[in-house]
Amino acid sequence: MTTTSAESVIAPARAKSAVVSTTVRRKQGFQHGGWFVAPFLVLFALFVIWPLLRGVYLSFTDANISGDGASFVGLDNYRDALNDQAMWDALGHSAYFTLLVVPCITLLAFLLAMLAHHIERAKWLWRLCFFAPFLLPSTVAANMWQWLFTQGIGLFNHTFGIETPWLTDKSYAMLAIVITTLWWTVGFSFLLYLAALQGIPGHLYEAAKLDGANAWHRMVHITLPMLRHITGLVVALQILASLQLFDQAVVMMDFGPGPELSTRSFVQYTLEQGFTSYRVGYASAMSIIFFVIIAAVALGRMVLLRNREEGTR
Amino acid sequence: MTATETPVGSRKARRPWTPSQIVLTLLGVAVSAAFLAPIAAALLTSLKSEAEAAEIPPHWLPKVWTTQAWKALWETGNVSNWFVNSLVVSVCVTAIVLAVAALAGYGFARTEFKGKNVLMGVVMAGLMVSPAVLGVPLFTTVQQMGMVDTYWGMILPQCAPAAMVYILYKFFQGIPRELEEAAFIDGAGRWRVFFTIVVPLARPSLAAVGIFTFIASWNNFLWPYMVTNNPDLMTMPNGIATVMNSYGIQWAQLMAGGLMAGLPLIIVFVFFQRQIVAGVAHTGLAGQ
Repeated sequence: MTTTSAESVIAPARAKSAVVSTTVRRKQGFQHGGWFVAPFLVLFALFVIWPLLRGVYLSFTDANISGDGASFVGLDNYRDALNDQAMWDALGHSAYFTLLVVPCITLLAFLLAMLAHHIERAKWLWRLCFFAPFLLPSTVAANMWQWLFTQGIGLFNHTFGIETPWLTDKSYAMLAIVITTLWWTVGFSFLLYLAALQGIPGHLYEAAKLDGANAWHRMVHITLPMLRHITGLVVALQILASLQLFDQAVVMMDFGPGPELSTRSFVQYTLEQGFTSYRVGYASAMSIIFFVIIAAVALGRMVLLRNREEGTR
Repeated sequence: MTATETPVGSRKARRPWTPSQIVLTLLGVAVSAAFLAPIAAALLTSLKSEAEAAEIPPHWLPKVWTTQAWKALWETGNVSNWFVNSLVVSVCVTAIVLAVAALAGYGFARTEFKGKNVLMGVVMAGLMVSPAVLGVPLFTTVQQMGMVDTYWGMILPQCAPAAMVYILYKFFQGIPRELEEAAFIDGAGRWRVFFTIVVPLARPSLAAVGIFTFIASWNNFLWPYMVTNNPDLMTMPNGIATVMNSYGIQWAQLMAGGLMAGLPLIIVFVFFQRQIVAGVAHTGLAGQ
């Protein structure tokens, strides 16, 4: 058989398939797919599964960075971690960041998408403007805002005529990171919303208009319900991403934990324990605890979604 | 499903400006200006002298326009090295991810083998594992393999993204089986069907996966930060954030370096805007 384009195959396929598909499916082609997935599984095993198992193993030892002479310590690392106030503080900072970022980013992304969707001219321009910050590396976004927020020479305070010590006061430091993150990442959720808005069939609005629904009614009874799924997705992705806070925080705080340790995230504390204090066993235990937290959030979302779907049926 | 333009956008004949459109457009301009202001400020700062960049009170426009920060960056820094490193890492990661994720997505969607469902479940669980979650054990693993401070050490751990496999898996499930069955009957082998029928059909999805992988890899900070100590091996975001800060911050140079690191993707976006928006739409809805 010569190279076949998809289109030329469709026509004969329709005629034959009804009769032979089940037997073909078993006998030819669709069997022995192991080779297709093998390359990915090798990488996946080496760099996801193995580190996960290794992390579990290390978490029961007192391993240091060189890996020599580690001995089994049972659950000591976990007990120490759960009694470690610094760990709980770091977890608290990540959670606080998540609580601030997720609602703000969801609302902002929705508003920006509504704006970009309803302006009729130069649509590409709005997309580019709102999405551009997301294309910057996290470190670059963080450096830019670190400079904007620096007291004295920073343009942020200057522009608004205020004197807020954004980076040096513990009550503002996390807020500065939140503002940076909103600016930097809202573009991605904005595009998700924009795509969802474009997917809403126009005839729904026309029918509603004929029935005399005003703009507010159309928004509440058509747009918002049609966007429910995408909102669920945006919130879930943002929660998982925000809990993993690291890049912006360390760069903006000059690779330190922020004023009075107020911006030290869970990831940062784990890496400090592993790479600065050389407590690999302890850091591994914290990694596993973090993995369990992330998995619980993801599972929680799945369960919620399933219940909601059953409820609407 | 995909991000096709709304009927309004594709209408060629321009409508007259209505009051509501004028208000919305003005609002759009104002919001866009706010979004671009930090980038503009960075650009303007990079065109100041270091002394002027540190002046109090600050001002937006340079009093004396100079490219000294850009020149100094090229002459003294490792910027060209970092740029090449970023390019090598991102291109390799993108190529490997495209190859293995397309094969695996197809394998899971369209072939049968023992233990498929279990393996698929394991891969989906892998969505929750990232270098941020398992940084330290991943580092010791890579260290054991002797790949710390090597290109492979930076590249390979980024090459097992379960999310990309899932996106392509969803797409391949949507291709009508009849297409492949007909080719099988005509005597084509599995691989031939994959390369001549399935891959061409998947081009838009593959483009989206490729673009996202490239963006993520180019902008990745945490993993290269963990696995490299040698400044000659650092990638762009990494080198600029860690090495330049360690000299004591020179703001004009830092802003110039940041723009150099960020600009390639903004240019990519301008050219591939359609595919990126379509890709986001596709992946977003596939995630349901």
